[in-house]
Amino acid sequence: MDLAIEGGFADPVLDAQGAFRAIMDALACPGRRQALPPGAAPPTPLTPELGSVALTLCDHDSPIWLDAILAADAAVGGWLRFQCGAPLTSDPTAAQFALVSDSALLPPLERFTQGSDEYPDRSTTIVLAHGATLHRLTLRGPGIKGELVTELPVPSGDFIAQWRANRARFPRGVDLLLVGDGAVIGLPRSTRISEA
Amino acid sequence: MNSIATYNFAYLDEQTKRMIRRAILKAIAVPGYQVPFASREMPMPYGWGTGGVQVTAAIIGPTDVLKVIDQGADDTTNAVSIRAFFAKVANVAVTTHTADATIIQTRHRIPEKTLREGQVLVYQVPIPEPLRFLEPRETETRKMHALEEYGLMHVKLYEDIARHGRIATTYAYPVKVEGRYVMDPSPTPKFDNPKMHMSEALQLFGAGREKRIYAVPPHTEVVSLDFEDHPFEIQHFEEPCALCGATGVYLDEVILDDHGGHMFVCSDTDNCEERRAHGHRGVLAGHALEAAE
Repeated sequence: MDLAIEGGFADPVLDAQGAFRAIMDALACPGRRQALPPGAAPPTPLTPELGSVALTLCDHDSPIWLDAILAADAAVGGWLRFQCGAPLTSDPTAAQFALVSDSALLPPLERFTQGSDEYPDRSTTIVLAHGATLHRLTLRGPGIKGELVTELPVPSGDFIAQWRANRARFPRGVDLLLVGDGAVIGLPRSTRISEA
Repeated sequence: MNSIATYNFAYLDEQTKRMIRRAILKAIAVPGYQVPFASREMPMPYGWGTGGVQVTAAIIGPTDVLKVIDQGADDTTNAVSIRAFFAKVANVAVTTHTADATIIQTRHRIPEKTLREGQVLVYQVPIPEPLRFLEPRETETRKMHALEEYGLMHVKLYEDIARHGRIATTYAYPVKVEGRYVMDPSPTPKFDNPKMHMSEALQLFGAGREKRIYAVPPHTEVVSLDFEDHPFEIQHFEEPCALCGATGVYLDEVILDDHGGHMFVCSDTDNCEERRAHGHRGVLAGHALEAAE
């Protein structure tokens, strides 16, 4: 049996619409968890949430970069090619989307395409299957009333410093979607993050 | 057998929706920046809201409740036809009540009732580029946005003051979003500009002919451009609405006869009807129109 033809949206139209609204609300209200309707059932190690976002947003116009573990898995590549029709790229500067299954595999944010001053929209959207470790953070920026103190599963290490550099490049920069536990959390490039 | 062709949910094909959705997400991430998108031909002419319709079609779902207004009114041609379009192709509930709607598509007004979290306001935009009448070349305006070079816009406002003694721009009044991009709020009266500032609703702008999408997320700073000695101010009306007696709302002048008779009424029909339902009465409410003479 070919796994590539299994595990797409049962209702490609309404499942994609539901997932898109969750993603849109996540980016419009940074740092707040939005329930992602269940839908995709991709082959592991691609998580259902990564699969749903890919099915919702990716097609032949949007090259996808995969982390080392996802890229090494033939079933994942086959599933994405069949379900989304999206080209896969090993060059992070050519990627419109990056799917990352583990924050340890996330390259420095600056390695992805950042868009140009004239076209800041031409930058990578990183979709990261987050880990369990929560960090207490303060968020400020568009979509946030005043400031939001919350615990978010952002990557450990120097992520906050990397994000500060990403924010400093505004309007250029990458956008981040943290997915997992049936939800999506948006961190658009406009958001300022500091440790609470 | 059904005699008319069946369309995909919300008319657009799925690839088009994905393309528009990707543009919307980038627009939200860079508030006020105009994201180019591959605008499709819609079953209505340019200038009738093809941009707004495409944005609405890309976000709308079966549980949404849609309201469409044209200059504040729910019952004018453009509003009625777009509402009927989505009732047909997306089979969604429609309403005229601002509070009940989850998506409000608008042509050039913001409802008087304060919008709340979770609502989406979709603007139909004719000319998205605020600098277009000052600099016709797209290559140049794009560079001006990239370099944050907005001096020309202030020169334009200054020339207003030099010529008229005040800033004469009354609609499509330029705003600065989150201290970065100068944005055209679409040809809404400047009366509505303060409502965009720190709004709880997500605001999406679609320009079909010009192929641009831009956005203002909730709780985002939207500041109308002005000068220290000529601060931004909105229109004020001498008299209240003739039907509901409302003050502090945007009024339309309606000519009643050919002897100079006229009245001022709420531009926002839903707000006006709701006030009258609650017993508010203006000077012409409940009287024959001849009373105005």
